[in-house]
Amino acid sequence: MIKFLLMVNKQGQTRLSKYYEQVELGKRAALEADVVRGCLARRKEECSFVEYKDYKLVYRQYAALFIVVGITENENELSIYELVHNFVEVLDKYFSRVIMFNLDKVHIILDEMILNGHIVETNKNRILAPLLALDKMAES
Amino acid sequence: MALKIVKGSIDRMFDKNLQDLVRGIRNHKDDEAKYISTCIDEIKQELKQDNIAVKANAVCKLTYLQMLGYDVSWAAFNIVEVMSSSKFTYKRIGYLAASQCFHEGTDVIMLTTNQIRKDLSSPNQYDTGVALTGLSCFVTPDLARDLANDIMTLMSHTKPYIRKKAVLIMYKVFLKYPESLRPAFPRLKEKLEDPDPGVQSAAVNVICELARRNPKNYLSLAPLFFKLMTSSTNNWVLIKIIKLFGALTPLEPRLGKKLIEPLTNLIHSTSAMSLLYECVNTVIAVLISLSSGMPNHSASIQLCVQKLRILIEDSDQNLKYLGLLAMSKILKTHPKSVQSHKDLILQCLDDKDESIRLRALDLLYGMVSKKNLMEIVKKLMLHVDKAEGTTYRDELLTKIIDICSQSNFQYITNFEWYISILVELTRLEGTRHGHLIASQMLDVAIRVKAIRGFAVAQMATLLDNAHLLTGNTQRNGICEVLYAAAWICGEFSEHLEDPMQTLEAMLRPKVATLPGHIQAVYVQNAAKLFATVLRKHDGETESQAAQETSQLLIDRLPLFVQSANLEVQERASCILQLVKYIQKLQQKNVEVAEEVTALFAGELNPVAPKAQKKVPIPEGLDLDAWINEPPSESESEDEKPKAVFAKEEPKHSRSRHTEVDEKELARRREVRKQEQANNPFYIKASPSSQKVYDAPGVEHIPVVQIDLSVPLKVPGMPMSDQYLKLEVERRQKEKAERKKKEKKKKREKRGKERKADSGPESEEDITPAHQVDIVTEEMPENALPSDDDDKDPNDPHKALDIDLDKYVPYCRHLQFIHVLHIVYDIQGNHQDESKVVVSVIFENKSDSFLKSMEFNVLDSLNSKLQRPEGAGAHDSLTVPFQLPPGQDTHAFLFVSSVSVSIVAVCIDCFLMQSDESSTHEKLDFKLHFTCTSYLITTPCYSDAYAKLLESGDLKGSSLRLEGINMPFHHLLARICFHHHFSVVERIDSCASMYSRSIQGHHVCLLVKTTVSIDAKCDEPSLLGNVLDEIKQTFSKC
Repeated sequence: MIKFLLMVNKQGQTRLSKYYEQVELGKRAALEADVVRGCLARRKEECSFVEYKDYKLVYRQYAALFIVVGITENENELSIYELVHNFVEVLDKYFSRVIMFNLDKVHIILDEMILNGHIVETNKNRILAPLLALDKMAES
Repeated sequence: MALKIVKGSIDRMFDKNLQDLVRGIRNHKDDEAKYISTCIDEIKQELKQDNIAVKANAVCKLTYLQMLGYDVSWAAFNIVEVMSSSKFTYKRIGYLAASQCFHEGTDVIMLTTNQIRKDLSSPNQYDTGVALTGLSCFVTPDLARDLANDIMTLMSHTKPYIRKKAVLIMYKVFLKYPESLRPAFPRLKEKLEDPDPGVQSAAVNVICELARRNPKNYLSLAPLFFKLMTSSTNNWVLIKIIKLFGALTPLEPRLGKKLIEPLTNLIHSTSAMSLLYECVNTVIAVLISLSSGMPNHSASIQLCVQKLRILIEDSDQNLKYLGLLAMSKILKTHPKSVQSHKDLILQCLDDKDESIRLRALDLLYGMVSKKNLMEIVKKLMLHVDKAEGTTYRDELLTKIIDICSQSNFQYITNFEWYISILVELTRLEGTRHGHLIASQMLDVAIRVKAIRGFAVAQMATLLDNAHLLTGNTQRNGICEVLYAAAWICGEFSEHLEDPMQTLEAMLRPKVATLPGHIQAVYVQNAAKLFATVLRKHDGETESQAAQETSQLLIDRLPLFVQSANLEVQERASCILQLVKYIQKLQQKNVEVAEEVTALFAGELNPVAPKAQKKVPIPEGLDLDAWINEPPSESESEDEKPKAVFAKEEPKHSRSRHTEVDEKELARRREVRKQEQANNPFYIKASPSSQKVYDAPGVEHIPVVQIDLSVPLKVPGMPMSDQYLKLEVERRQKEKAERKKKEKKKKREKRGKERKADSGPESEEDITPAHQVDIVTEEMPENALPSDDDDKDPNDPHKALDIDLDKYVPYCRHLQFIHVLHIVYDIQGNHQDESKVVVSVIFENKSDSFLKSMEFNVLDSLNSKLQRPEGAGAHDSLTVPFQLPPGQDTHAFLFVSSVSVSIVAVCIDCFLMQSDESSTHEKLDFKLHFTCTSYLITTPCYSDAYAKLLESGDLKGSSLRLEGINMPFHHLLARICFHHHFSVVERIDSCASMYSRSIQGHHVCLLVKTTVSIDAKCDEPSLLGNVLDEIKQTFSKC
């Protein structure tokens, strides 16, 4: 099961966080700082899986953006690794501009892909369907 | 007024949106906190506006700020407002904010129940979707209870988009409200065969998650999953299914045997690494669960190990890591197959990536045998010397100790070697694991009697060279070793060659710089050594040596008497007085040795960690009974119970304490230095002495790396490497001798069958160098048999351990002996309120195939089967599937019906006995439509509810339930769940509930904690029936 997903920039600032299991607000900052430190410090030639407390972290770097996913022991690391790439491809397909200003839309995409800590959808068109419907609604 | 509105909307044009906020924060890097606080003030103003667009914008910004770590719980009510907007664009902002900010403790969640229910049943699929997504984040037990029925209905929604979400949310609902699992399960199971792959995958996900915690309840689904596994092409789904099988096989070994083949096929054929990895993992899990008597599966293990080897050899670090991880699982059951790849794993110890090195270390743990232990540890010791970071080196150190000490020192054949390894490890600088080494030394010296002589000699050398260990007192983790050394030398002092010298070493003034608890042990054991020295010189008249020893103690102990540490001080003054007294006696030529030795007589034996727990309680002793009357409430408040016994592991707390102190001290030192520098009256230390203490500048001194090809050697300490050589020689010699003996035997047995050469050494052939007697840990007499109480009582999944094959109490069951088992459930149809849906599960109980089943329903006045268009009123309904023996399947019937009734149904079916013969059976049964089936959970606000009651249209009736002893909220939950009611309001001891029939009749209940129910309804017959059914529900429990 996926416990959380973070998008972090190279400076270690959280750009987007989504928790699939309740974590107290006060503890989030510490958790994020810890997680980010653990992943950002790693070199390119090191593997993308990090053990952190009860979690396993799977991370990927895209230019200045890091995506870190915290998963439980029983989750398949490689499938999550692929999922992250899939997520980035969807973002790429939808956004032409900086995604940072459209965080709410990133959330919509994420909610279509992961629900309740499980992967629900991986097909790009189906993921984007509600978002496109929403855009149409906004236009009219 | 109009002007004000216009002015307001113009102001709003200049409101920041999310984009402006993000940009603004970026542009205010220096005073971010200040900027955000002004933004929050603005948002507060915006939230006061009546315009929903403004509010939504404000909430959207708050969501972003919440993510940055700002508390926005104060805006919870505004979030609910935005959630209830009728426009989807705003609604979704509200739900997003709620899903990010709300949690079980948020009290406004109570207000959302009706809104969510409305959204769930919205005709717009995106409204429903957004509500489901939100719910997955903030569902509470109350919400789960109230909405379980609604979500369950959505599982059969016409749109797959809704179905898949509803299915996944059900998992959260189960966790929060376990009672919903049983009724929802048939529908969940049915979703495994949903035509939409997304819904299928969602159902697989949920069942996997459920089965992982309580696998035995899901064994019956194995055939279905097997079918899915062989037919599905979606790798994500396959991975989940394969994972599920991994959880099921330990319970059903036959399943494992069946799985091996398709899994190995997948391993051969798939190109997806994630799937390959999952298959390998599951094959391993399956093989672990199969009993060892399956020789023909060695091929599968070989295949797995081969594939893993490819992964480990891959240049992709991720694959390498996972390969090692999976390898460690094989290791547990098939160590031999992994051991042959020792070279590869040792190679990984040199990897650039620390996580990979750590994984490789884990593997080594299981790869050792008596034969290769020394060799592997030697390699690890080399790595210890090379390791860069202290963390990795510490990890190596603990691993070496783990490897050697595992299963009661099983693999150690030569304890002298082990002691010398431990001694070598003490030379690691700056390690945190001093006390780990110390505890190993103590453990070995206490439990392996044969080694005590050697250990004592080594420890004496350590004590003598203590200055090497304590050279750097700042990082004194390693000096813990001296604790063990002093104790061992004292306790087993009879083995010491020169106790006098050790005694002298233990009383050096330098010792006073050690941590207090170590000094305490020094002092105590100096006394033991003193006793030994006296005994040695026993009998000699006017022994010079004995008197010198007393004098030594009398000279040196006062230093410890002045110690700031209470323990040290107390022990030192005690012993000092004792020695002074002894000295007096010595001067009078009194024999004292025997009496002094008696002080330390007796042997200390190790006690098993569980021993205390296992002491049986004597008969007649009640531990819970009060000895004195309990103190009054007020007293207990100011006096908190104090721990009677000192806390365990005082070392830990102490070291942590000093750490804090050190930081604090450093800070103070800095402040003091500043002060001193500014104080003209302060005489500064001379530059030469400053060099020693002054920290600044140390970092800039270039450190020359000295490459020592020969490791530093402490005089008198044995090198573990020598033992390795000796051991090899010894083994060869033994082997040669054994061969000789065998040859002799062979010669004797000449003429009989020729024995094959003994081949490579087997484990049993290696005899330990010493006769090792490992002292077992003591247990109290009459110890109780072992009990494992490891289960966590707070695990939420415990509540979900429900045997799903047991009959559901609130579905109806019909059983036709030996042929068919039918379960059915009736629910109101949300889409068309003039109909109810009957879901039926058929289970074929016979040994033969059931073919061409037909439903014949006799329509009555109030109920009618909905037949396909063009069909006559008496036509039967063909069941669109066949049933193989032992399987079950679902069907739906739509029945239009208006009131409580019984529908007579008849099933015609053919039982296929074999290919040719078949029999025809006719089974008659009746479906009981309870009036609860016609009730639809409908939200009702309290004001509307009050109006309804005031209107006077409702007739009343009441009911008393007897013998109910469940908590009130459980009682309410049951009524909600089984009878489709919703709670309107709950005030202390009573709750008002509401429901509506599909024909629009209102039913109101007032339930009191005294378990009486007052009911009102505008249709008296319905009311009577509902009350009867409620009574029935509660009579069953």
